Amino acid sequence: MAEIHLKSLAHSYFPNPATSADYAIREMDHVWHQGGAYALLGPSGCGKSTLLNIISGLLQPSEGEVLFDKVRVNEMPPKERNIAQVFQFPVVYDSMTVYDNLAFPLRNAKVPEARVRAKVNEVAEILELHEVLHNKARNLSADEKQKVSMGRGLVRDDVSAILFDEPLTVIDPHLKWKLRRKLKQIHEQFNITMIYVTHDQLEASTFADKIAVMYGGQIVQFGTPRELFESPNHTFVGFFIGSPGMNLIEVRRSEGGVSFDDIQIPLSDELNAYLADIPSYNLKIGIRPEFVHVWDKPVDDAYATELISHEDLGTHKILTLRLGNQSIKARLDEDRELPEGKVYISFPQQWVKLYVDEFLIEERS
Amino acid sequence: MNKTENNKAWFLVLPVFVLVAFSAVIPLMTVVNYSVQDIFDQNNAYFVGAEWFREVLRDPRLHDSLLRQFIYSFAVLAIEIPLGIGVALMMPTKGRMASLCLILLAIPLLIPWNVVGTIWQIFGRGDIGLFGAALNGLGIDYNYASNPADAWATVLLIDVWHWTSLVALLCYSGLRAIPEAFYQAAEIDRASKWAVFRYIQLPRLKSVLVIGVLLRFMDSFMIYTEPFVLTGGGPGNSTTFLSQTLTKMAVGQFDLGPAAAFSLVYFLIVLLVSWLFFTTITHMDKAK
Ligand SMILES: Nc1ncnc2c1ncn2[C@@H]1O[C@H](COP(=O)(O)OP(=O)(O)O)[C@@H](O)[C@H]1O
Ligand SMILES: [Mg+2]
Repeated sequence: MAEIHLKSLAHSYFPNPATSADYAIREMDHVWHQGGAYALLGPSGCGKSTLLNIISGLLQPSEGEVLFDKVRVNEMPPKERNIAQVFQFPVVYDSMTVYDNLAFPLRNAKVPEARVRAKVNEVAEILELHEVLHNKARNLSADEKQKVSMGRGLVRDDVSAILFDEPLTVIDPHLKWKLRRKLKQIHEQFNITMIYVTHDQLEASTFADKIAVMYGGQIVQFGTPRELFESPNHTFVGFFIGSPGMNLIEVRRSEGGVSFDDIQIPLSDELNAYLADIPSYNLKIGIRPEFVHVWDKPVDDAYATELISHEDLGTHKILTLRLGNQSIKARLDEDRELPEGKVYISFPQQWVKLYVDEFLIEERS
Repeated sequence: MNKTENNKAWFLVLPVFVLVAFSAVIPLMTVVNYSVQDIFDQNNAYFVGAEWFREVLRDPRLHDSLLRQFIYSFAVLAIEIPLGIGVALMMPTKGRMASLCLILLAIPLLIPWNVVGTIWQIFGRGDIGLFGAALNGLGIDYNYASNPADAWATVLLIDVWHWTSLVALLCYSGLRAIPEAFYQAAEIDRASKWAVFRYIQLPRLKSVLVIGVLLRFMDSFMIYTEPFVLTGGGPGNSTTFLSQTLTKMAVGQFDLGPAAAFSLVYFLIVLLVSWLFFTTITHMDKAK
C-alpha cells in the first residue's frame, strides 16, 4: 500500500536527448493516492506504457524521482516494489497450466500452498477460467490468455498497486463490461491503488474515479470524468473526451471578445481583460456540442447556420452545421424535430472556453 | 477438394529422386546386398541369408565396443548439453562483446576432425604438449598413450572442446527468440533466476535442444577420427568405438559380408535411438 509520487519525472529512450521531441515522458509531477481507482487515458504512442513501466520499476527514468510513500524507489527492482502489472500484450507461461500460471506469482513469494489454492480458485472464478484451469496455457484462445495474464496480477492482494496496460483489448464487449465491474469490486474490497491504461474514454470513465489524460508525454489533465467533460483544460482533452469532441475554432481578438469569419463571439469582462494583456496569437474557443443551444426559431443573438448533415444516434441527433467557414457540431435531443432551412444556434457564455496556446484560461467566477 | 490430376508433375520430382537414389538408396542397397551373400569374386557369390547378422551379433568385440560407444555418447551429451546451455545463458546479448563471443564460439566448429585430433595429440603429450606437461608439472600423472582412463578423458575432452559451441550457439539463438515481455512479466511476478530459467527459458529452448541432442548423439555415436588419430583406439581397445571396429573389419580384414551386416545394425541402432528420443519428446508436448 503506498502513495505513488512522480517527482520532476522525465524519460527519454535516447542516451543524450536534445529536443523535447526526444522525450517519451516530458517533465511531470504527479501523485497517485493510496487506494484510488485511476484511469490513464491517451492516444497510442503518448507514453502510457512507458509511464507504467517506470512506476513498476521495469524501466529506470532518465530524470526525476519515483517515490513510494515519500521513499525514493528509482533503483528498486519490481520485485521489491511489490507491484503487479498486467501487460498490453498478454504474457502466459505456455509450458504451465492455467492453474500454475495463476499460482506463479504467489509461489515465487513462497505463499503456503493452501492459500495459493484458495486465491487461484477465487481469481479463476472471477475471470471465468475455472473450466480451463488444468489445461496447458499454450492451448488457450486469445481472450483466455488475456484473462490469465490479468489473473496473475489479481492473485496478489498485498500489492502496493496494480497497473493495467490496456488489459481487455481482445476481450469481447460483454465480458469486458463484466470484468471491468469485477475490477471495480476488487478495488473496493481490497482498497488497492489501481491504474488502468486505456485509449477508450468510456472504459476510463466506467472504471475510474479520476482520469489522467495523457498527451505527448505529459499528463495534461487529471480530474473526474465530469471535470474533463465540462472544463477540459487543454484543447486535446476537449477534442479527445466526448463523442463527438469539443468544437474548437481558431479566433482573433476583437472588440468585446473574439471573432472568426466576421462572426463575433462576446466574452466575459474577465476574459477580455486577460486577453488585452497577453501577446499570444494562438487563440481558440471551444464549446461542447452538448452545450450548443439549438433554437426552433430565429432569436436575437443567435447565429444563423446551414445544416450540412445529421446523424441519428437513437437517443439524440448530432447536427453538423456551417457557421462562417467553420463546421460546428451540435447535439439535438431525441424529442426535438430536425429544423428545416436555416438553423439558429447560440453559445451560452458559461460554456464558451477560451484557449491560449492550447491551454484553458480559467475564469474565477 | 479440387485436385488437378497432372502426371507430368512427377517429372519435377525426378531430379530429387535421382539424387537421393545415388546418394543414399543405391549405396544402402549395395550394403544390403553384401550383407546377405558370401562373395569370393565376381562370379562366385553365395546367398547366406541371415548368417552374417548372426555372426556379427554374437561377436564379443562388437558387444564391447557397442557398450563403450553408448557410454561415450551418453557422457558427451551429459557434458555438452548442460555446458552449452550454461555458456549460452552467460553470453552477452548485444554489443561488440556479443559478436566477439559468437566468433570465438564458431572457431572450433570450423576445424576438421583430424586436425582437432592432431592438435590434442600434441597438446596432450607429456614431453612437448602444453596440456600434458602442465598436468604432469602439477603432479598429476597423465599419459593418454598408456593409461586408458586418461585416453578416455582426452577423447571426451576433445569432443567437448570441439562441439559444445554448437550446442551453445543453438541455445543462444533460442534464447534470443524469447520476447522481452516474458522477462518483464517474470520480473513483475517476482520470479527467481532459477524460475525464469526453469519456466521461461528452458521450455522455449526445447526445440533447439532436441536438434542439439540429436546432432550430438548421432555425431558422437559415429566418432572415428579423434581416437584414431590420438591413440589408434588404444591403449588396448579402450578407445576403440563402433566405427573403428567396423573399419577394422571391412578394410583391415576385408570381411565384407559381416562388415555390411554390422553397418546395417549400426545404422538401425542410430535410427532407433533417434526415433525413440524424438517421439518421446514430441509425445510429452502433446500431453495436456
Ligand atoms: N523501447 C523503446 N525504445 C525506444 N522508444 C520507445 C520504446 N518504447 C516506446 N518508445 C517510444 O516512446 C513513446 C511512447 O511509447 P509508449 O509508452 O509505448 O506509448 P503508449 O503506451 O501510450 O502507446 C513512443 O513514441 C514510442 O515510439
Ligand atoms: Mg502502450
